[in-house]
Parts: sequence; C-alpha cells; structure tokens
Amino acid sequence: MQRITREMLTSKAISLLNDGTVSAVLGWREGEFSYDLTPSLFYTAEDIEQNFVFNDFCGANFSKYLVTKTLGIEGKILAFLKPCDTYSFNQLLTEHRIDRSKVYVVGISCDGMADISKIRAITGDGISSISCEPDGLKVQTIYDDEPKTVSYEDAMAERCICCKSKKHVCYDELIGEEGEENPDCNRFGKVAELEAMTPDERFAFWRGELSRCIRCNACRDVCPACTCEKCVFNNPNSGAENKAPATSFEEQMFHIIRAFHVAGRCTDCGECSRVCPQHIPLHLLNRKFIKDINTFYGEYQAGKEVGSRAPLVDYTTGDLEPGQVFEREGM
Amino acid sequence: MQVNEYKPLIVAFCCNWCSYAGADLAGNNRLSYPDNVKIIRVPCSCRVNPMFVLRAFQRGADGVILCGCHPGDCHYTSGNYYTRRRMALLFSMLDYLGIERERTRVEWCSAAEGAKFAQTMNEFTEAVAALGENKRLEDLRCKE
Ligand code: SF4
Ligand code: SF4
Ligand code: FES
Repeated sequence: MQRITREMLTSKAISLLNDGTVSAVLGWREGEFSYDLTPSLFYTAEDIEQNFVFNDFCGANFSKYLVTKTLGIEGKILAFLKPCDTYSFNQLLTEHRIDRSKVYVVGISCDGMADISKIRAITGDGISSISCEPDGLKVQTIYDDEPKTVSYEDAMAERCICCKSKKHVCYDELIGEEGEENPDCNRFGKVAELEAMTPDERFAFWRGELSRCIRCNACRDVCPACTCEKCVFNNPNSGAENKAPATSFEEQMFHIIRAFHVAGRCTDCGECSRVCPQHIPLHLLNRKFIKDINTFYGEYQAGKEVGSRAPLVDYTTGDLEPGQVFEREGM
Repeated sequence: MQVNEYKPLIVAFCCNWCSYAGADLAGNNRLSYPDNVKIIRVPCSCRVNPMFVLRAFQRGADGVILCGCHPGDCHYTSGNYYTRRRMALLFSMLDYLGIERERTRVEWCSAAEGAKFAQTMNEFTEAVAALGENKRLEDLRCKE
C-alpha cells in the first residue's frame, strides 16, 4: 500500500483552506518529543507548512475533538480520520454529538501506527529522537552513539495488529486506497483465553492489572463514546476527578462502570488502552462486552452505520435469560 | 447447634408489582425464607442500575438477586426486557473479572408465586453460603 506522507496531507489541507471549503484544519503539532504529538487546530497555510506533523505516532482518534471544536467555529473543520476513527465519528453522529455539516472528513488509509512503549522495550529508555525512514524507525537514545533501527512491524501498536477494519465508513474524500473489513483479525483471542481460565486465575489477573490504576482518568477523557456534558468526571466539585486509589475495590468499580457505560457504543478504537500510562489492557474489558453482545444478540459493530440502535437500548422478546449465559457451551 | 453459623448477606432487588408482592404472599402463607435476605423495593426491575448491584457488593453483600415480572408481564411494558440484557452482560462481566457467578442471579417471579419466591431465596442463599463471604468485591472502608 502507498504510504501516506506529510506532504499529501498538507497539500490537501492548504488547498481546502485556500478554496474556502474549510476554515480550520485539525492536525498534529510537535509536542515535547518527536513521538509525542499534540492534536491542534491550524487556521493558516503558513502555520500548516511550518508546523504540521504527520508520522507513525499520529494514532490519536480525532473524532472526539470534533464534538467541542465544531461548536464555536464558522464554516467547516477539516479532519483527517483513519479507518478506525470513522467508526467513532459515525457513532458520535448517531448520538447527535457532532453536526455533520460542520466537518469535512478526509479519510486516510492506515497500515498501523507505532507504539512508543514497544519501541522503548527494544531500544531502552532515553529516546531523544525518532525519524521515520523507509526501512524502519531510526531511534536515537542518549546512551547510544548510533541510532538503532526498529522495524515498523516490531513497533506496531497492539491494537493495530488485530485491526478490525481498514475500511472508512464515512468520508468526504479519501487519500490512499479504500480498505476492507477484517473479520479474521482475532481481536477476541485474548478474551477467550481469559474466559477459559478458572475464576481464581481471572481474579488474580484482573486484580494485578487494575490495582495498578492511578485513576488519572485519561481512559475516560480520551474515549469518544464518553462525551456527556454533565459527567461527574467533568465536575471539579464532585471529587471524582482526582480520586486517589483507596482500595482495589475502587478500581474494580470504576472500571466495570466505565466499560459498562460504553457497552454497545464502544467502537473498539483502542484509545483507552493507548493512553493508559499504566498500560492496563482496558480493551479486554470492552471486547468482553462486544464479544458477549455478538454472541447473545447477534453481530453488532458500533459506528458501522449511522443511526443503528445500540444493543442495550434494544431487545427482542426471545432474548436469552441471564441465567442461561453460563449454561452456554464453553463458558 | 453451631452458634456462629455463617449467614450470607443477600440483597434482593424486587419489583414492586410482582416479586415484592410475591414476597408478601410468601409471608402471608407463612412460608419461610432466610431473614438475611434484605429486600429493596424498586418500581420496576429496570430501575436497577448496574451501579446498585456493585454498591450492594461494596457494602458487604455476599450475593445479589434481582426479581421482576415475567418477561411480557412488566407493568411498564418492556422494562424487564432491558433489564434482561443489562444484567446478562453485567453478570457475565463480573464472572469475567473472577467474581463467582453463583453470587448473582435474576429470577422472574409474579405476585401469585409466593412459594416460588420463598424457594428461590432459600436456594440462592444456600448457593451463596456454600461460597462463603464475598471477599472479591468488598470495600474495606465499608467494614465496621
Ligand atoms: S472504550 Fe476505549 S476502545 Fe471503546 S470507544 Fe472508548 S476509547 Fe475507544
Ligand atoms: S488511563 Fe489507566 S491509569 Fe488512568 S484511570 Fe484509566 S486505567 Fe487508570
Ligand atoms: S414492572 Fe415488574 S419488572 Fe417492570
């Protein structure tokens, strides 16, 4: 597949800005480090030419930004969306959180993004710069004289390895080729592994994972399925915002409720696991719900179609009984 | 007789229109069920937010059971159909996190089924008693 380059995006952005199709561009700017990019709005061609960044660390899902960024702006915002982002975008349209007429979606094809922690595991700490070369990522650390090369394959984020779809479910224009859905991605493999364990083993696994949570709330802040305006986490007086972990129950409760709130609406974009500073595999909670929904109520992919009804606000008279859940084969 | 016989704490969310009346009927008929079943009356089984179930466990419940009108008989037409999906997913998730699946249950029980109510509570209490105290979802701050 043709790799998407920065020039492809900047020339598209500048021409759309110049002909008045859009009045702002949502893109990436350099952050503290070359692998740590900051999503940002660009209003002028000069700014784009000088500061727009696109590389293998542009994993952030832009759809949630559009909820607030489209509010106070004249005209349209140009958003570059990867295939997985378009599912979240559609889901937000379904929930009437984004005004479609305020967004100009340019779909960009995607071969998978890099995960800095995987790179770090290979090169060691102290990364000072990374450049994306055709044969891999050249990583310079402060401890080495020569840069080390990490292949794109070794650096690829976990969520991109079992990517559910390379197909854009929504766009105005496409850069790169249209991809396909990937039903054989085996994204439920790890969930099935956990299901096969004994309750004691599962409990030990989850306690080990969840007790590391520092309650930074990044997972909920980044989630495009989590956009209510009156959320307790947005209320500084609620005390929920900076809750220090008191007992492990606190974490279990938080995580069950977080996952339940997005059950049936989570598009499996993987953002929550990506941003977690403690590397807690939150996607394994979301995917459990997705897997259950698929087996109990039929295949459902949130965000695939605008206007589809989420499984938890729907029912049939013949649904399975909660008691039958465990009578099923292999449970 | 053992003096310190372990009695599990059971929280039963009962729909006002059916199971709560069923519990009444069980009482009127002098059917016995364990006194450590604490009934919380709700207007419809659908009123039970997943958070209620977790809260009950947090505050020291050893088992949580939800009782509502039989599917098709909900007094608000469809409340219990939503409950059914919600609880199926929640209980499956609790199981996935390693909380014993015997600690949670949904049972449909009408106002005329006093005997079923008593029997269900007896069975459920027994099943939970066999597991012992709930250590996995308790919150030490809520202990006396
Ligand atoms: S829960 Fe995680 S995977 Fe699901 S939509 Fe939110 S951020 Fe994406
Ligand atoms: S991002 Fe990770 S550490 Fe932060 S609240 Fe979520 S699970 Fe906990
Ligand atoms: S009224 Fe009893 S379950 Fe809805």
